[in-house]
Amino acid sequence: MSHIHPLNPETMPNEPEKATLEGKNKFLGLWFFLGGETVLFASLFGTYIALRNSTAGGPTSQEMFGLELVFIMTILLLTSSLTSVYAMYHMKNQDFKKMQLWLGVTGLLGLSFLGLEIYEFAHYITDYGFTFRSSAFGSAFYTLVGFHGGHVTFGIAWLITIMIRNAKRGLNLYNAPKYYTFSLYWHFIDVIWVFVFTVVYLMGKVA
Amino acid sequence: MENTNSDKIRAYQKQKNKEEMQKHLISFGLMIVLTIIAFVIVATGIMDKMFVIPVLVILAAIQVAFQFYYFMHMKDKGHEMPATMIYGGVWGALLTLAGLGVISWW
Repeated sequence: MSHIHPLNPETMPNEPEKATLEGKNKFLGLWFFLGGETVLFASLFGTYIALRNSTAGGPTSQEMFGLELVFIMTILLLTSSLTSVYAMYHMKNQDFKKMQLWLGVTGLLGLSFLGLEIYEFAHYITDYGFTFRSSAFGSAFYTLVGFHGGHVTFGIAWLITIMIRNAKRGLNLYNAPKYYTFSLYWHFIDVIWVFVFTVVYLMGKVA
Repeated sequence: MENTNSDKIRAYQKQKNKEEMQKHLISFGLMIVLTIIAFVIVATGIMDKMFVIPVLVILAAIQVAFQFYYFMHMKDKGHEMPATMIYGGVWGALLTLAGLGVISWW
Protein backbone atom coordinates (compact mmCIF):
# COMPACT_ATOMS: atom_id res chain seq x y z
CA MET A 1 0.00 0.00 0.00
CA SER A 2 2.76 2.42 -0.86
CA HIS A 3 0.28 4.83 -2.39
CA ILE A 4 -1.15 5.90 0.96
CA HIS A 5 2.14 7.16 2.35
CA PRO A 6 2.37 10.93 2.51
CA LEU A 7 4.33 12.44 -0.32
CA ASN A 8 7.64 14.14 -0.03
CA PRO A 9 9.50 16.22 -2.61
CA GLU A 10 11.64 13.29 -3.78
CA THR A 11 8.80 10.92 -4.59
CA MET A 12 6.16 13.43 -5.63
CA PRO A 13 4.99 13.22 -9.24
CA ASN A 14 4.23 16.51 -11.00
CA GLU A 15 0.54 15.77 -11.26
CA PRO A 16 -0.38 13.75 -8.15
CA GLU A 17 -4.04 13.83 -9.16
CA LYS A 18 -3.35 11.78 -12.29
CA ALA A 19 -0.46 9.60 -11.12
CA THR A 20 -2.58 6.52 -10.39
CA LEU A 21 -5.04 4.67 -12.59
CA GLU A 22 -7.78 5.48 -10.11
CA GLY A 23 -6.86 9.17 -10.33
CA LYS A 24 -6.93 9.11 -14.13
CA ASN A 25 -10.33 7.42 -14.11
CA LYS A 26 -11.75 9.88 -11.60
CA PHE A 27 -10.47 12.75 -13.76
CA LEU A 28 -12.12 11.36 -16.91
CA GLY A 29 -15.26 10.35 -15.04
CA LEU A 30 -15.76 13.85 -13.67
CA TRP A 31 -15.39 15.42 -17.12
CA PHE A 32 -17.90 12.91 -18.48
CA PHE A 33 -20.28 13.97 -15.71
CA LEU A 34 -19.73 17.66 -16.54
CA GLY A 35 -20.59 16.99 -20.20
CA GLY A 36 -23.92 15.55 -19.04
CA GLU A 37 -24.48 18.45 -16.63
CA THR A 38 -24.07 20.88 -19.53
CA VAL A 39 -27.06 19.32 -21.29
CA LEU A 40 -29.08 19.18 -18.08
CA PHE A 41 -28.59 22.88 -17.42
CA ALA A 42 -29.26 23.68 -21.09
CA SER A 43 -32.73 22.18 -20.75
CA LEU A 44 -33.39 24.28 -17.63
CA PHE A 45 -32.09 27.42 -19.38
CA GLY A 46 -34.18 26.65 -22.47
CA THR A 47 -37.29 26.24 -20.32
CA TYR A 48 -36.55 29.47 -18.47
CA ILE A 49 -36.02 31.46 -21.68
CA ALA A 50 -39.28 30.12 -23.10
CA LEU A 51 -41.31 30.91 -19.95
CA ARG A 52 -39.69 34.05 -18.56
CA ASN A 53 -42.44 36.37 -19.82
CA SER A 54 -45.28 34.11 -18.68
CA THR A 55 -45.77 36.01 -15.43
CA ALA A 56 -49.54 35.42 -15.08
CA GLY A 57 -50.02 39.01 -13.89
CA GLY A 58 -47.41 38.57 -11.16
CA PRO A 59 -44.17 40.50 -10.76
CA THR A 60 -41.83 40.61 -13.76
CA SER A 61 -38.07 40.17 -13.80
CA GLN A 62 -37.56 43.92 -14.44
CA GLU A 63 -39.51 44.84 -11.32
CA MET A 64 -37.83 42.41 -8.96
CA PHE A 65 -34.21 41.85 -9.91
CA GLY A 66 -31.55 44.06 -8.32
CA LEU A 67 -28.19 44.11 -10.04
CA GLU A 68 -26.17 45.10 -6.93
CA LEU A 69 -26.86 41.86 -5.07
CA VAL A 70 -26.26 39.73 -8.18
CA PHE A 71 -22.98 41.53 -8.81
CA ILE A 72 -21.76 40.80 -5.28
CA MET A 73 -22.79 37.14 -5.64
CA THR A 74 -20.95 36.94 -8.96
CA ILE A 75 -17.75 38.36 -7.49
CA LEU A 76 -17.98 35.99 -4.50
CA LEU A 77 -18.32 32.91 -6.70
CA LEU A 78 -15.67 34.06 -9.18
CA THR A 79 -13.23 34.70 -6.32
CA SER A 80 -13.98 31.26 -4.87
CA SER A 81 -13.03 29.82 -8.25
CA LEU A 82 -9.67 31.59 -7.97
CA THR A 83 -9.06 30.44 -4.40
CA SER A 84 -9.69 26.82 -5.40
CA VAL A 85 -7.17 27.23 -8.25
CA TYR A 86 -4.77 28.65 -5.66
CA ALA A 87 -5.41 25.59 -3.45
CA MET A 88 -4.53 23.29 -6.38
CA TYR A 89 -1.34 25.34 -6.88
CA HIS A 90 -0.39 24.47 -3.30
CA MET A 91 -1.28 20.84 -3.95
CA LYS A 92 1.22 20.74 -6.81
CA ASN A 93 3.83 22.21 -4.47
CA GLN A 94 2.91 19.58 -1.83
CA ASP A 95 1.88 22.17 0.71
CA PHE A 96 -1.03 20.35 2.31
CA LYS A 97 -1.74 22.95 5.03
CA LYS A 98 -1.96 25.84 2.61
CA MET A 99 -4.11 23.76 0.29
CA GLN A 100 -6.55 23.06 3.15
CA LEU A 101 -6.48 26.72 4.15
CA TRP A 102 -7.38 27.99 0.67
CA LEU A 103 -10.02 25.31 0.20
CA GLY A 104 -11.45 26.54 3.50
CA VAL A 105 -11.57 30.08 2.08
CA THR A 106 -13.27 28.64 -1.03
CA GLY A 107 -15.90 27.01 1.18
CA LEU A 108 -16.52 30.23 3.11
CA LEU A 109 -16.97 32.20 -0.13
CA GLY A 110 -19.38 29.51 -1.33
CA LEU A 111 -21.34 29.75 1.91
CA SER A 112 -21.59 33.55 1.64
CA PHE A 113 -22.85 33.13 -1.92
CA LEU A 114 -25.46 30.68 -0.70
CA GLY A 115 -26.48 33.01 2.14
CA LEU A 116 -27.07 35.85 -0.32
CA GLU A 117 -29.07 33.56 -2.61
CA ILE A 118 -31.31 32.49 0.28
CA TYR A 119 -31.73 36.15 1.23
CA GLU A 120 -32.64 36.95 -2.38
CA PHE A 121 -35.27 34.20 -2.58
CA ALA A 122 -36.71 35.21 0.81
CA HIS A 123 -36.89 38.82 -0.43
CA TYR A 124 -38.85 37.79 -3.55
CA ILE A 125 -41.21 35.59 -1.57
CA THR A 126 -41.97 38.02 1.30
CA ASP A 127 -41.84 41.37 -0.53
CA TYR A 128 -43.32 40.37 -3.89
CA GLY A 129 -45.24 37.18 -3.06
CA PHE A 130 -43.25 35.62 -5.89
CA THR A 131 -43.06 31.87 -5.30
CA PHE A 132 -42.55 28.65 -7.20
CA ARG A 133 -46.31 28.48 -7.77
CA SER A 134 -46.91 32.14 -8.76
CA SER A 135 -46.48 31.65 -12.48
CA ALA A 136 -44.66 29.66 -15.15
CA PHE A 137 -41.92 32.30 -14.83
CA GLY A 138 -41.75 31.58 -11.08
CA SER A 139 -41.46 27.83 -11.57
CA ALA A 140 -38.80 28.18 -14.27
CA PHE A 141 -36.85 30.78 -12.25
CA TYR A 142 -36.72 28.82 -8.98
CA THR A 143 -35.98 25.56 -10.79
CA LEU A 144 -33.03 26.97 -12.73
CA VAL A 145 -31.49 29.23 -10.08
CA GLY A 146 -32.38 26.80 -7.28
CA PHE A 147 -30.77 23.92 -9.14
CA HIS A 148 -27.58 25.94 -9.38
CA GLY A 149 -27.85 26.79 -5.68
CA GLY A 150 -28.34 23.08 -5.00
CA HIS A 151 -25.11 22.38 -6.85
CA VAL A 152 -23.32 24.95 -4.68
CA THR A 153 -24.77 23.31 -1.54
CA PHE A 154 -23.65 19.88 -2.71
CA GLY A 155 -20.19 21.24 -3.55
CA ILE A 156 -19.78 22.74 -0.06
CA ALA A 157 -20.86 19.44 1.54
CA TRP A 158 -18.39 17.58 -0.69
CA LEU A 159 -15.59 19.98 0.21
CA ILE A 160 -16.21 19.79 3.97
CA THR A 161 -16.30 15.99 3.76
CA ILE A 162 -12.94 15.59 2.00
CA MET A 163 -11.31 18.31 4.10
CA ILE A 164 -12.28 16.65 7.40
CA ARG A 165 -11.75 13.08 6.19
CA ASN A 166 -8.21 13.80 5.00
CA ALA A 167 -7.22 16.38 7.64
CA LYS A 168 -4.80 14.05 9.43
CA ARG A 169 -3.72 12.03 6.42
CA GLY A 170 -1.78 14.71 4.62
CA LEU A 171 -1.56 14.75 0.85
CA ASN A 172 -1.05 11.44 -0.92
CA LEU A 173 -1.73 9.83 -4.26
CA TYR A 174 -4.96 8.36 -2.92
CA ASN A 175 -6.62 11.65 -1.94
CA ALA A 176 -5.04 14.08 -4.43
CA PRO A 177 -7.56 13.01 -7.17
CA LYS A 178 -10.41 13.61 -4.70
CA TYR A 179 -9.33 17.20 -4.17
CA TYR A 180 -8.69 17.78 -7.85
CA THR A 181 -12.08 16.47 -9.00
CA PHE A 182 -13.73 18.72 -6.43
CA SER A 183 -11.88 21.74 -7.83
CA LEU A 184 -13.03 20.90 -11.38
CA TYR A 185 -16.64 20.58 -10.16
CA TRP A 186 -16.37 23.91 -8.34
CA HIS A 187 -15.12 25.70 -11.48
CA PHE A 188 -18.01 24.21 -13.39
CA ILE A 189 -20.46 25.68 -10.87
CA ASP A 190 -18.93 29.05 -11.67
CA VAL A 191 -19.29 28.37 -15.41
CA ILE A 192 -23.02 27.75 -14.89
CA TRP A 193 -23.31 30.92 -12.80
CA VAL A 194 -21.81 33.01 -15.62
CA PHE A 195 -24.77 31.96 -17.76
CA VAL A 196 -27.23 32.39 -14.88
CA PHE A 197 -26.25 36.02 -14.26
CA THR A 198 -26.13 36.71 -18.00
CA VAL A 199 -29.36 35.02 -19.09
CA VAL A 200 -31.53 35.37 -15.97
CA TYR A 201 -30.48 38.64 -14.35
CA LEU A 202 -28.84 40.83 -17.00
CA MET A 203 -31.18 39.81 -19.84
CA GLY A 204 -34.07 39.92 -17.35
CA LYS A 205 -33.28 43.59 -16.73
CA VAL A 206 -32.99 44.39 -20.44
CA ALA A 207 -35.98 42.65 -22.00
CA MET B 1 24.40 13.48 -6.97
CA GLU B 2 20.98 12.03 -7.53
CA ASN B 3 19.55 14.16 -4.79
CA THR B 4 20.83 17.46 -6.19
CA ASN B 5 19.47 16.44 -9.57
CA SER B 6 16.00 15.87 -8.18
CA ASP B 7 16.30 19.18 -6.33
CA LYS B 8 16.91 20.87 -9.65
CA ILE B 9 13.86 19.19 -11.16
CA ARG B 10 11.86 20.27 -8.11
CA ALA B 11 13.00 23.87 -8.45
CA TYR B 12 12.18 23.81 -12.15
CA GLN B 13 8.73 22.39 -11.45
CA LYS B 14 8.09 24.95 -8.71
CA GLN B 15 9.00 27.73 -11.10
CA LYS B 16 6.64 26.28 -13.70
CA ASN B 17 3.83 26.05 -11.14
CA LYS B 18 4.44 29.67 -10.24
CA GLU B 19 4.23 30.79 -13.86
CA GLU B 20 1.02 28.83 -14.20
CA MET B 21 -0.41 30.59 -11.14
CA GLN B 22 0.49 33.98 -12.65
CA LYS B 23 -1.50 33.04 -15.76
CA HIS B 24 -4.42 32.13 -13.52
CA LEU B 25 -4.25 35.53 -11.85
CA ILE B 26 -4.27 37.27 -15.23
CA SER B 27 -7.28 35.24 -16.39
CA PHE B 28 -9.05 36.02 -13.12
CA GLY B 29 -8.44 39.73 -13.73
CA LEU B 30 -9.81 39.44 -17.26
CA MET B 31 -12.88 37.56 -16.03
CA ILE B 32 -13.58 40.31 -13.49
CA VAL B 33 -13.24 42.93 -16.24
CA LEU B 34 -15.63 41.01 -18.53
CA THR B 35 -18.14 40.72 -15.68
CA ILE B 36 -17.93 44.46 -14.93
CA ILE B 37 -18.40 45.33 -18.61
CA ALA B 38 -21.52 43.13 -18.80
CA PHE B 39 -23.06 44.70 -15.67
CA VAL B 40 -22.18 48.26 -16.75
CA ILE B 41 -23.77 47.77 -20.17
CA VAL B 42 -27.04 46.70 -18.56
CA ALA B 43 -27.00 49.10 -15.58
CA THR B 44 -26.35 52.21 -17.68
CA GLY B 45 -28.45 51.13 -20.68
CA ILE B 46 -25.94 52.74 -23.04
CA MET B 47 -26.30 50.07 -25.69
CA ASP B 48 -29.10 49.63 -28.21
CA LYS B 49 -31.56 46.93 -27.10
CA MET B 50 -30.95 44.92 -30.27
CA PHE B 51 -27.23 44.56 -29.59
CA VAL B 52 -27.26 44.04 -25.83
CA ILE B 53 -28.21 40.36 -25.79
CA PRO B 54 -25.67 39.14 -28.41
CA VAL B 55 -22.94 41.20 -26.69
CA LEU B 56 -23.81 39.72 -23.28
CA VAL B 57 -23.74 36.19 -24.70
CA ILE B 58 -20.33 36.80 -26.31
CA LEU B 59 -18.93 38.24 -23.03
CA ALA B 60 -20.21 35.17 -21.15
CA ALA B 61 -18.75 32.79 -23.75
CA ILE B 62 -15.29 34.42 -23.50
CA GLN B 63 -15.39 34.26 -19.71
CA VAL B 64 -16.41 30.60 -19.77
CA ALA B 65 -13.60 29.82 -22.22
CA PHE B 66 -11.11 31.29 -19.71
CA GLN B 67 -12.65 29.18 -16.97
CA PHE B 68 -12.40 25.98 -19.03
CA TYR B 69 -9.02 26.50 -20.68
CA TYR B 70 -7.13 28.09 -17.77
CA PHE B 71 -8.83 27.32 -14.45
CA MET B 72 -9.82 23.80 -15.54
CA HIS B 73 -6.58 23.26 -17.49
CA MET B 74 -8.19 22.29 -20.80
CA LYS B 75 -5.29 24.01 -22.59
CA ASP B 76 -2.83 21.51 -21.07
CA LYS B 77 -1.66 18.24 -22.59
CA GLY B 78 -3.75 15.13 -22.03
CA HIS B 79 -7.08 16.96 -22.14
CA GLU B 80 -8.37 15.59 -25.45
CA MET B 81 -11.01 13.47 -23.72
CA PRO B 82 -12.26 16.29 -21.42
CA ALA B 83 -12.49 18.58 -24.47
CA THR B 84 -14.51 15.91 -26.30
CA MET B 85 -16.84 15.57 -23.32
CA ILE B 86 -17.39 19.30 -22.93
CA TYR B 87 -17.81 20.06 -26.63
CA GLY B 88 -20.16 17.06 -26.83
CA GLY B 89 -22.08 18.57 -23.91
CA VAL B 90 -22.10 22.01 -25.54
CA TRP B 91 -23.40 20.47 -28.79
CA GLY B 92 -26.17 18.71 -26.86
CA ALA B 93 -26.88 21.98 -25.05
CA LEU B 94 -27.20 23.91 -28.33
CA LEU B 95 -29.57 21.27 -29.74
CA THR B 96 -31.65 21.42 -26.56
CA LEU B 97 -31.85 25.22 -26.67
CA ALA B 98 -32.65 25.17 -30.40
CA GLY B 99 -35.32 22.52 -29.88
CA LEU B 100 -37.00 24.36 -27.01
CA GLY B 101 -36.71 27.64 -28.95
CA VAL B 102 -38.37 26.15 -32.02
CA ILE B 103 -41.33 24.63 -30.16
CA SER B 104 -41.85 27.92 -28.28
CA TRP B 105 -41.66 30.48 -31.08
CA TRP B 106 -42.04 28.75 -34.46
